[in-house]
Amino acid sequence: MERRVKVSSLSRNPNKVKESESTACKKQTVTSSGYPLAPFYESDDLSDLDYQRDLNDPGEFPYTRGIHPTGYRGKLWTMRQFAGFGTPEETNNRYHQLIAAGGTGLSVAFDLPTLMGRDPDDPLSAGEIGKCGVSVASLSDMERLFAGIRLSDVTTSMTINSSAPMLLAMYLVLAERQGVDWQEVNGTIQNDILKEFIAQKEYIYPPRPSMRLITDVFAFCGEHAPKWNTISVSGYHIREAGSTAVQELAFTLRDGIEYVQYGIDAGLDVDTFAPRMSFFFNAHSDFFEEIAKCRAARKIWSHVMRNRFHAKDERSWKLRFHSQTAGGSLTGQQAYNNVMRTTWQALAAVMGGTNSLHTCSLDEALALPTSDAATLALRTQQIIAHETGITEVADPLGGSYLIETLTREMENKANSYFKAIDDCGGMVEAIEQGYPQREIAESAYRDQKCVESGERAVVGVTTFVDDGDAEIPTLYIDESTEQKQLDQLQLLKRQRDTDRVARALEQVRAAADGTTNMMEPLLEAVRVYATLGEMCNALRDVWGEYEEIPMI
Amino acid sequence: MLAIECLLEMGMQCERVMRTIRVVIAKSGLDGHDRGAKVIARALRDSGMEVIYTGLRQTPEQIVETVLQEDADVIGLSILSGAHNHICPRIAELLKMKGMKDVLIVVGGIIPDVDIPKLRAVGVEGIFLPGSLMQDVVNFIREHVRPSAVSK
Repeated sequence: MERRVKVSSLSRNPNKVKESESTACKKQTVTSSGYPLAPFYESDDLSDLDYQRDLNDPGEFPYTRGIHPTGYRGKLWTMRQFAGFGTPEETNNRYHQLIAAGGTGLSVAFDLPTLMGRDPDDPLSAGEIGKCGVSVASLSDMERLFAGIRLSDVTTSMTINSSAPMLLAMYLVLAERQGVDWQEVNGTIQNDILKEFIAQKEYIYPPRPSMRLITDVFAFCGEHAPKWNTISVSGYHIREAGSTAVQELAFTLRDGIEYVQYGIDAGLDVDTFAPRMSFFFNAHSDFFEEIAKCRAARKIWSHVMRNRFHAKDERSWKLRFHSQTAGGSLTGQQAYNNVMRTTWQALAAVMGGTNSLHTCSLDEALALPTSDAATLALRTQQIIAHETGITEVADPLGGSYLIETLTREMENKANSYFKAIDDCGGMVEAIEQGYPQREIAESAYRDQKCVESGERAVVGVTTFVDDGDAEIPTLYIDESTEQKQLDQLQLLKRQRDTDRVARALEQVRAAADGTTNMMEPLLEAVRVYATLGEMCNALRDVWGEYEEIPMI
Repeated sequence: MLAIECLLEMGMQCERVMRTIRVVIAKSGLDGHDRGAKVIARALRDSGMEVIYTGLRQTPEQIVETVLQEDADVIGLSILSGAHNHICPRIAELLKMKGMKDVLIVVGGIIPDVDIPKLRAVGVEGIFLPGSLMQDVVNFIREHVRPSAVSK
């Protein structure tokens, strides 16, 4: 599986065309969001700042400086490395390696068929099985994925959206089989369909039934799995699609607002689900802007929850978030430079008070990470945590003239975007009008033009280019995963009770056609080994599929 | 051939070379990450080409049908998912079956080095990996396109 691949400068240019000349760096005087930076900042820039109102101590409303009074001294961020490839057995192996190397949380990357609710034997799955993540089509695959891991001993984040309730059902049934009480099960599903419509585009059903699935998960977990984080409202993908930092902040939090509103409209008390909402931001390259973004996010959300939604429980006011260093910033050229990029980005996330962190691997512009590269990425976090002293003081840059100016600026710009989206009628309506998608496409094109004009330097690609050969090993997922998963699926179908599966799927369809919570019929279907594709197709039968109108 | 026929033939060739290059940008397979496809589509459009973007989750059959319907000279495939060894040969085969073997095939995305020869062998000519510049894609298409791609 792991091959040593010689990556030479020629293969970075496989067409052997004369490439555009390297560009000289131009000085950056704006942030990635276009905010013009002064040469320096001083006390007059903060003349409007009121400590109690705008910052307050860590652990105190509005939580600008963090949600924990003792910062990382009291609770270090979770080192949660995203991993998944090939068969469940191969990924299980990687999880054991990460745990042994000191990782403190699990994070599952699923392949495209799983993300899109299709079984390995679906014609559209051909060529895709196990390539971007692990292939999981049933409870049986989930059992193999967590072999030797007791669900009461770990917290698991599953990056799954349109088919999130099905994968959650598999995880809960696995816990049941292990004798683990659902009241103790701790983890997260990403379950953020709005950002799929906006950026990542891995949706199945139209917006409104998709939102219903999410509020069903809120209601179910509030009662049956109170430690489970039912959603990870994400900006990471919005940023990877090309947005600015401000757009990432604004669209993410506005998505959060939409989910809270839909939860309330579904009849739920806000304090029964808001404490278990979590967030997920990109940790990108513009160092100080990223720190300001994290602080602005906490401040904005606390006000939204207390003043817009009148939440009473202070846990509803506290924004908890995971960060991932920016995959899109990594380069295939001079790949070892990526270790530096990841380090600075991780540092920004820590200075911003992230509660959980994934660091990307040096080879990820080329392939999924090798185990050595993944270990080095984890070590990056461990060195920051245990050698730099940064964790000893909460919000170490609080009070900085620059950081407080940027925090305020980002908050103001985000609020402008909220108004624009409210004027569209809400985020679902804004998506249907193509508003956030257009904003992102404009930013992405502008950014690429900045790269190619030299306004934004990319070391090793547009500047400081060299012709040196570098040999780095990369992970190669071959086609054998497909056959293995097809064989497993066939075995499963032979061994299970076909009639019970058919009846369970009928119940799934009936629930989808009505208003009862979808989780119970999905749990029952999972217990009798209905496959992911079968459950998702049952819902396709009722709700149809969604596809966006293509626009450039 | 008579002199006048030669002149007519030359005139027609000039017209073909000067007509606007038509490019279909396609996302095939299940992947929805479209940043690269959209950025390249805009770059080609801004360089004066006509661009048809298929949108997401197109099968090889749908893509080739679009190329046929749109009388396109170039097909630009965005593939980040690892499914290129499945998608590219199928598209190349379909183009050949429909008499469109002159359509220039360009792929952008994540292609392991070891797979590049396999893609070349089935007829993929342009391969653009991470770090590629928009202008390089524009130049490559201008230099390699064969204007009369669709046989009548």
